[in-house]
Amino acid sequence: MSAPASISPPALAGAEAAPDWPLGGTRSDARPPGEPRRVGYLYLLPAFAVFAAFVLVPLGHAFWLSLWEWDGVSPGTWVGLDNYSDVVSDPALRRAFMHALVLIVFYALLPVAIGLLLAGLLARVRVRGLAFFRTVLFLPQVVAMVVVAVMWRMIYDPQNGALNELLRTVGLGSLAQSWLGDFDLALPAVGLVGTWVWYGLAMVLLTAGVQKIPPSLFDAARVDGAGMVREFFAVTLPALRGEIAVALTLTTIAALRNFDLVYITTKGGPGDATSVPAFQVYSRAFESGQVGSAAALGLSLTAVIFAISFTINRIAERGGR
Amino acid sequence: MRWSIPGTVVAVSLVLLGAGCGSPGGDSADTAEKADNEAAKTVAKPDPSQAGDVTLTVWDQEVRGGQAAQIKRLNAAFQEKYPNVTIERVAKSFEDLNKTLKLAVSGAKAPDVVQANQGRPVMGTLVKGGLLKPLDPYAEAFDWGDRYSPLLLDLNRFSSDAAEFGGGNLYGLSQMGEIVGVFYNKKKVTEPPKTLEEFEQSLAEAKQEGDIPIQFGNLDKWPGIHEYETVLGQTATKAQVRDLVFARDGASFDTPEFQAAAEKIQGWADAGYFTPDFNGTGYDPAWQQFAKGKGRYLIAGTWLVADLAKAMGDDVGFMLVPGSAPGADPVALGGESLAFAVTSKSEQPDVAAAYIDFLTNGEAATVLAETGNLPAMPVDAAAIPDGLPGEVFAAWETLSESDGLIPYLDYATPTFYDDLSGAIQQLLAGRQDPAEFTGGVESAFRKFADAQ
Repeated sequence: MSAPASISPPALAGAEAAPDWPLGGTRSDARPPGEPRRVGYLYLLPAFAVFAAFVLVPLGHAFWLSLWEWDGVSPGTWVGLDNYSDVVSDPALRRAFMHALVLIVFYALLPVAIGLLLAGLLARVRVRGLAFFRTVLFLPQVVAMVVVAVMWRMIYDPQNGALNELLRTVGLGSLAQSWLGDFDLALPAVGLVGTWVWYGLAMVLLTAGVQKIPPSLFDAARVDGAGMVREFFAVTLPALRGEIAVALTLTTIAALRNFDLVYITTKGGPGDATSVPAFQVYSRAFESGQVGSAAALGLSLTAVIFAISFTINRIAERGGR
Repeated sequence: MRWSIPGTVVAVSLVLLGAGCGSPGGDSADTAEKADNEAAKTVAKPDPSQAGDVTLTVWDQEVRGGQAAQIKRLNAAFQEKYPNVTIERVAKSFEDLNKTLKLAVSGAKAPDVVQANQGRPVMGTLVKGGLLKPLDPYAEAFDWGDRYSPLLLDLNRFSSDAAEFGGGNLYGLSQMGEIVGVFYNKKKVTEPPKTLEEFEQSLAEAKQEGDIPIQFGNLDKWPGIHEYETVLGQTATKAQVRDLVFARDGASFDTPEFQAAAEKIQGWADAGYFTPDFNGTGYDPAWQQFAKGKGRYLIAGTWLVADLAKAMGDDVGFMLVPGSAPGADPVALGGESLAFAVTSKSEQPDVAAAYIDFLTNGEAATVLAETGNLPAMPVDAAAIPDGLPGEVFAAWETLSESDGLIPYLDYATPTFYDDLSGAIQQLLAGRQDPAEFTGGVESAFRKFADAQ
């Protein structure tokens, strides 16, 4: 993201002219005010203490637990890094990670694509009542995920669900499916719920970005004879680079830590067709007494999320230069 | 992102601080030996009225309809009988209780009495951690052995190191019985089938008529276990099933009998005897369809009795799944409600044991029957209701007399619920053949059994 050029405080300019420091002017380590000093750490302390207590220490504890085979109650057995090698070698866990990657398509790529399309249209056409439509499209974001999941479970019901009923009404009864019960369809079905939830956020972020683009750019493009498509690729898309990175980061994280939706709609089934890492973390830690394995899985997931969002932002920054 | 060196040092050392806290779960103390010594003690029958002013904290999950009604009545009666005892009740849903129990019981302010789910995942873990008190001395003092059929006590037994399930010390008592049986629509089934063969004929007939033979929704994963095990009770001996659940020596999932059950139930799925798209249908929508008169049978547990009786009135009947020969001793999947257990940290174990006795004695059985529950212990004939609940009471009595209950398979290992429920979805969808199914589940079972 391109930040506005930093505005230098006037004090700095003045200070340069008069090397007579107000404080410690005679000390050998004298430096301009505003330069880092040790006392700065003191100001950091309150926030850092909270961060340490609620993030760093628990993170360390989770790492410690991940080195044990522990049922949550009785004494644990030291297993070193075995829990981590299981994450790689256990086919069930590998499948869970693959499912999470598939979900990225539905949670991140599709919503951003839809959001871009809408943003591109809105950049060109002035819609009356834009705020209203934007609110309606954003609504899925506002509803709690649990409610969304319960509702979609009803919609997907093979006998009486709204989706199959609709298909039958319009004469497409042959397309009616056991959406959540079919081994090949269950994962895309769950993924599409994610698309429905997240496209609103992507759209709001991207339309806001579009409004920030100076109209002169569009005018210039039009004067040069650019059509709608050309204009989108030459003006809109490059200007939205930062917003796209934010939208992708948020939605990718949501895809990877997806738990509630799977828990309520399919419980990871049928078989393990919709099992995802976050669901396995829950199931192992709270249901089957494999706390160490759950911790290792959770930390691996954290690492994957970190790596992917880091990559997204790196690519966006590099292209921005 | 830029990390300064001192910042990194502080962060890393804090992370390590979080790490450096010894082996989780504390050091291996002699919890097992302590428990055995306690189990061998004898105690006089405790009298709570002599205990002084005490508060008993109880965590239970009796939150729905008749369950809530009975526990409220019994708690009130207990406090009336012993005015010096105050019961502080913490009511939680089943799921919530299961997930928070381990932390609560191992914490500093542990409750006195908790409801622990049978089987290795919950009760077994607590016993292994030395967090529950063996109740054998109280069982003798209160004569609990006469109150239950042997299997119902075995389900609440663990050896003190929790290696053995279904034997050893007694860790709790349950109030209510549970049977997974066959509900049938009396308008469509005038003469309930007497053998498994007749039952299958009736299924075929229903299919031909265009009705749904068995309402079944398996989206929630666990209902499949009930369907499979109901059939398993007819193909395998009850000893085989119990041995597997208790992970006894020589138990195996990969036997011809277990395969026969898989074959039969897969055959039913292939023949269209279940709700179409059952793997994508929820449990609740399925039985609600049955309650609306769609479908001939419903294989489900007695927890649905109140709802079904309310929705269908006299049109619904309950039977145990029929065996191969007419008049054979019935075998059915079932068990008992979560056991009331006493925590090791309780300062009032005598009062707690007397409370558990009070919840499960003859008078409690009457209260249970009056509030629409199925008592696990024998109940006064006058308290037995009519209609659908009456049929369930009769079935329970038959099963108790013939010792025909087989316990839930998912008690067997800590991960068995996941292993089995997923595999059954695969089996019923035709993605595994019966041999692959029993072989796959067996290898999951062996992982646990061989480590014991």
